[in-house]
This record gives sequence, structure tokens and C-alpha cells, in this order.
Amino acid sequence: MTARFITPAAMALVAMTLSAPAQSAEKAKTAKPSASARIDNGKQVFAKWCSACHGPNPRLAGTLALQTKYDGAIPAVLEQRTDLSPEIVSAFVRNGVAWMAPFRKTEISDAELADLGAYLSSPRKERSK
Amino acid sequence: MRVPPKVSEATFADGIREMQSAVGAEWVFTSDPDVDLYRDAYSLLWDEPEERIASAAVAPSTVEEVQAVVRACNARQIPLYPISTGRNLGYGGSAPAYSGSVVLDLKRMNRILDVNEGNASCLVEPGVSYFDMYKHLRATGSKLWLDVPDPGWGSMIGNALDSGGGYTAAPYRGHFEAQCGIEAVLGDGELLRTGMGAMPGSETWQQYRMGIGPCLDGLFRQSSLGVVTKMGFWLFPQPEAYLSCAVDLFRFADIEPLIDLVNELEYGNIFNGMPSVSSPLLTRGNPMMFQAIPPEEEMDRLVRETGLPAWRFSMSFYGPEKVIRAQWEYVQERFAHFAGVQFKENQFVKLPLDDAAMEKVAKARFGIPSLEIFAVGSRTPANPEPSAGHIWFSAIIPRSGKGFVEANRVMRRECARLDIPLFMFSPAVTCWTRSFVLFAAVPITRDKDRNKKLRDSVQEVIRICAQHGWGEYRCPPAFQDAVMDSYSFNDNILRRVNERIKDALDPNGILSAGRYGIWPKHLRKEGKA
Repeated sequence: MTARFITPAAMALVAMTLSAPAQSAEKAKTAKPSASARIDNGKQVFAKWCSACHGPNPRLAGTLALQTKYDGAIPAVLEQRTDLSPEIVSAFVRNGVAWMAPFRKTEISDAELADLGAYLSSPRKERSK
Repeated sequence: MRVPPKVSEATFADGIREMQSAVGAEWVFTSDPDVDLYRDAYSLLWDEPEERIASAAVAPSTVEEVQAVVRACNARQIPLYPISTGRNLGYGGSAPAYSGSVVLDLKRMNRILDVNEGNASCLVEPGVSYFDMYKHLRATGSKLWLDVPDPGWGSMIGNALDSGGGYTAAPYRGHFEAQCGIEAVLGDGELLRTGMGAMPGSETWQQYRMGIGPCLDGLFRQSSLGVVTKMGFWLFPQPEAYLSCAVDLFRFADIEPLIDLVNELEYGNIFNGMPSVSSPLLTRGNPMMFQAIPPEEEMDRLVRETGLPAWRFSMSFYGPEKVIRAQWEYVQERFAHFAGVQFKENQFVKLPLDDAAMEKVAKARFGIPSLEIFAVGSRTPANPEPSAGHIWFSAIIPRSGKGFVEANRVMRRECARLDIPLFMFSPAVTCWTRSFVLFAAVPITRDKDRNKKLRDSVQEVIRICAQHGWGEYRCPPAFQDAVMDSYSFNDNILRRVNERIKDALDPNGILSAGRYGIWPKHLRKEGKA
């Protein structure tokens, strides 16, 4: 995915989101987890919040939409993508798109969102461990 | 920091500090990016001055914290708007009905407090979603089903309180009707339990709903009178088998005796699954768009030309195989006298389903939550530019052949006249066994002019439906005043009595101001947006 899919306003929101007090508090409370622990946690966040629309079933709303949008040029299944960055993941989670409403911090916290971004942007071999 | 109307910055800041003290600073959201996450993503007022926007959000995790937040707001007359999981999309989402309210986000209260296998019931907090409960039931090896709406990511409590419905057996499909026992924090912070929950030590809170005296559960449906913090539900003991069948009829004139017989069979418990009355002829272009019902002669001619049935009554049965097969046989006997009638057994399933079978069934019919319904609005080659969301128009219409035909014709005609775009128009939905609901899904945009025109058109449809005696049972905040106005018997005494109750229980008017057209005294003249 390229930057053309994210608006400047959304990028500004990502920047503000990442500096929000809630995340600072979460970081301060917990010791830094390892990269693999973050990826594992991100995988669980994906399973809980994303897979119901972005799982491998081609009839699911998110997968169907991305298949239509990219027509197979890149994988329609998010977990098969290798071009996602944490910032892009964050922008879509916090802004939504079409029928996908944004997710609040009581649903996906900033720390969980960072782990989700780490998971979806990690090398694929790292995700399947 | 945004500030609610009629509250000074200093008072609000003081209230925010007290809320932070009660729930922890990290669970009080005041920055614009955080608070904007509570906008209604499907708002028909998006980016307009009238859009309902929160001033802040607070997310307690216990009943005691809810009480502390309510008391902090009551002492300062800060408006507060509770949401459960905030996924009431198409009916307002997570945004308040009154701009400037602090959203009380109950998502963190996500405990499943009890599942009673013998009583087939549960007790949950408002943050428990249908997914959460389904996973819990599976993980614990429970033999109980829950009834789920489409989509299934919402709150059991929130959906029930807004009068949501599902798809399994009759006693469970109406989610508010399947509740048994409410705990609510009132506007002054006091804690109320309804039914048998009012008796300390009672083991029957989830068994007998009424308790003693007036039944107060209804005070909390679509209401502004309390913050529901616990709710009991009756669950469905897993049946032995499932059978879905259809009856096809080929004459326009069959519709009246068809619906009379559907009613007799359902009210007589001959089938217990969700029925539908549709038309293969009138949905032949798009199964989600039930076309206008033509005059009798034209419809009968189209039936002859296409060979398609005029009407299809679909029903399902849950129960022991030999019982439900006998019930289906009886249904066929009762329909045998209709000229040209055809019967079809669509699906028979022995339960429980294994994982592979679950992927092949209509999940909601088996109490399995999913988000698969969102695919109907997804980007596809046929829908290359998906809408920004949609709102629902949901009118209660008569459960009779005459009512079915008249409501369809009036609604289709008026939607066409007013140029209201539709992506789904139902024949009649039957979550509630004694009624038909005519559902229309109206796509929304981010274009203010188009949204304004849509709002005006929907207001007109509300008025026209009311002239026929068809009232919406549920609607987004943008239309709640108009719909409440349409329930106008005896100079709108329904609203006036609700206002008296509101004034008595929440004299400072802090809870859910404006929800379903009930405004607190101090906003009553100006509140309507």
C-alpha cells in the first residue's frame, strides 16, 4: 500500500495518536516486551478484532473489498501482505474506511495497536512462529 | 478541551479531575483525536454543525466507578451519555444524542458474571459482546446457544436495550424480551436492581422477570433514566436438529390467507424458527431489494410469464428430528389447499455443528456471531464506490396480507418520489413473533448537501408512515425527536409521561439527554436538534 491511500489529515491524526497520554501511561506501567512477544500479541489483536472481516475467507467484507480494489496485484488477505507499516495500520484502525468504523482505545489500546502494527509489518516468517 | 454547553470550563475541568480520580487518568479521554473516535461513523450529520459530538469520554471498569462518575457529573450538571460497546451503527454508533455530552464508555466492563447451565441463563456486564459470550460458551463446553444479531460484534446489553433482534428460536430473537433482570445506576448514583434482583439473597434473578409491583425493566429500554451495569438473559438450550423449509404460492390473492396461516402456525408453536414472507418474483433482480408489489392482474401475469412463485413463506424448526419433521408435515397439510402450492425442504442439520459445517450455514441461524453481513456493502465490481455507511429505517407494520402489501407500496412509492437511495428493502422482518418490521437501509455519504436532502426525505417518510399508523421502533438520533413526535395519541402523552418520569428520576437531566426524543427539563425547548 502506498501513501496515496492515506490523507494528510489521517497522518496528522496518527502522529497525535502516537503521542497521546494514554500510550505514555501504558508504556510507563509495563516493561518493554520483546519484539517476538509484541508480534505474538499483535497476532492475538488481529484475531480478536480484524479477522472477522479480514480473514482468508474471500466472502468477508474486508478481504472482498481489498480483492476488488487491487484485483490480485497484492494479497487481499491482510496477514499475507508484506507492504504494511505500523503507521498505515494505525491510520485505518483509528480512522476507518467505508463501512469499517474506527476502533476506540477501549477496544484496541494504543499499546495493542502498536503490537498489531508490529505484527502486520513484520517479516512473514516472524509472524508464523 | 471541549466543554459541554451550559457548563463552565472551570466546572468541567473540576469534573474531569474527579472522573480521573475515580477511573484513572488514562481512561478519561479529552484530546480531540481521542474524543473523535466516539463520532458516529455512519452519521447523516457528518461534519455539519448539528453533528452530535462528545466533549470527552470516560471508561470505568466497575459499578462503583460508574457510580462515582455519575455522581461527579450530577453534582456539576455535566451531561453523560452511556454506550456499551458503541457498535450500534446505523442507529447512532458511539456518539451522544446531545452534543457536548461526556460519553460513558462501558466497554471495559466486560465480565461474564454467570452462565447457569441448568437455568439456561447468563448475567453479563455491558462490555460483553456476542463474540465474547460465544467464545466463552464454546471454551467452557456449554450446551447453551445465544441469539445473535447481524453483525455480532455489539454488546448483548446494548443491543437488547436498543431493542435489537436475532435469528434463532422465538423466545430468544427479541433481545430485550429475552432479558431477565437489570441492574442500573440512576442519575444520582444510586443502584437499582429489577425483578427478583431486588431481593437480597434471591437465587431467581434470571428466572422470574417481574418481581413485585410495576415492572421497571422497560424504563431502561431506549432510555435516558439509568446506566445499565448488569443484565440477565435467557439462553437457548442447544436443540437436537434444525430444519428449514419453504412454501411457494403462485397467486397474488394468496397473500392474505398465507399470512393469516403463518400467524396461526407461529402463534400455535408449530414452528419456532424465524419465518419470512418474500417473493421470488419481486426479488428476482436483487435478493436484497424487494420491489414494489404490482397490481393483482400484473403480478399474476408476471408469475405466468416467469414461472416464479408470487410468494415464498420460509420457516425453520429447532428441536428433536422426529418432532420437527412431524411439524413440517403438518405445515404441508395446512397449505395443501392452495392452488399450485409447492413445498421444499431446504436444509436439515443435526446439531451440534462441527467447525467445517459452521462455514456452510447461515451462522446467525445457529447463534454464531460473525461480521459477514458487512460484505453486502463491501467494495465489489458491482459496487466499486462503497458508501460511507448507512442508516436504518425500521417501521412496525401490520402483520396481515393487507398491511404487508400496503406498506410495501407506500414505502416504495415514497422512496422513489423522494429519490431516497436504498441498498436493502425488506419485505417484512420477523425477529419479534407478533409483528412485522419493514426495514429499509439508506446509504449515507460525506456530501453535506446530499445528506441534508436525505434527512429531509426521511423526515417526510416518517410523517407519511405515521399517517398510516406505522411507527418506527428504533432510529438514529437525528430522527428520534420526529419519531417520538409521531407517537402522538392524546397530545403526545407518551412523551409527556416519559418527561415526567425523567424529571423525577434524573432531576438534573444529566443522563442521555435527548435519547429517543426525551429531553430533560432545562433542554426541553431548545434541545431538539
